[in-house]
Amino acid sequence: MKRILILLLCLMPVFALAGEAKDIAEDPVLEKRMIGLAERLRCLVCQNESLASSHADLAEDLRREVREQMKKGMSDQQIIDYLVARYGDFVLYDPPLKSYTMLLWGGPFLLFLAGGAGLFYQLRKRRESVPEPELTSEAEQRAAALLNGDKET
Amino acid sequence: MMRFMLPLVAFLVLAVFLYIGLGLNPHEVPSPLIGKPAPAFTLPQLHEPAMQFSSQDMLGKVWLLNVWASWCVSCREEHPVLVALARQNIVPVYGLDYKDKREDGEAWLARGGDPYVLSLSDAEGRVGIDYGVYGVPETYVIDKQGVIQYKEIGPITPQKLKEKILPLVAQLQAK
Repeated sequence: MKRILILLLCLMPVFALAGEAKDIAEDPVLEKRMIGLAERLRCLVCQNESLASSHADLAEDLRREVREQMKKGMSDQQIIDYLVARYGDFVLYDPPLKSYTMLLWGGPFLLFLAGGAGLFYQLRKRRESVPEPELTSEAEQRAAALLNGDKET
Repeated sequence: MMRFMLPLVAFLVLAVFLYIGLGLNPHEVPSPLIGKPAPAFTLPQLHEPAMQFSSQDMLGKVWLLNVWASWCVSCREEHPVLVALARQNIVPVYGLDYKDKREDGEAWLARGGDPYVLSLSDAEGRVGIDYGVYGVPETYVIDKQGVIQYKEIGPITPQKLKEKILPLVAQLQAK
């Protein structure tokens, strides 16, 4: 009995397979295009899910809207513009380059430059603080002999 | 000294940003529709489905469009505020019953009181999409020219009404 129970429990994850939110699709090509576009769009209700994977009511409505617009022959860009006009840039997972997103796009480069400058400065300071070792004339002769390949006496 | 100051300053700057971040509400997405003409729509009235209402009829008036639904929990919190506002007769409030069954919507208004001049039935949520509705309740302040001047996301509280919405309405009505 216990073994059967364990076996059943092991099988549980198989039944728990969660797919993308499904809608009734009459046209698989259109559905694929819709999902492709919806994956680049953010659901406004469950904000860290894409429009393609969200089960929220609004996401279902918006998928319907996208599907209908595709049927009308609108391009992906036109549909994105349509959604941005209503919900703002927030629906885009890929934020556009605008005056107020400059820091977002430029920030990593600024940090990189600042880090590089810091590193450069530190390395130069370190080199200055470690003086070249001064050799006595005797040691210098020994070094020269070693470098020339003569055997040490 | 510098060795300790630099990380400390960096930490403080980060802490300030994180602290500000704590106070922000990620569910409040600024609407791109503010300052733009309110999307025109024609919808059947909730109580009399045969009668249509067009947003164009409202030109020349300052009005509020409140998006609600019988299934919406926060609307319950907001409802008494709207009922009180309706009694004062300051500004007409129109309701958009969003993605709701007609009977449910009517029953809800019968129970809690009806603050709306008219309620419109947006059963499929299409007008909601045009208005960028993503969380109910939402309230739009629309001016005489039919331009959206303000959007409140979430329930209207007496404080928000007093500090934000009513002064704006008075200002728009005076224009």
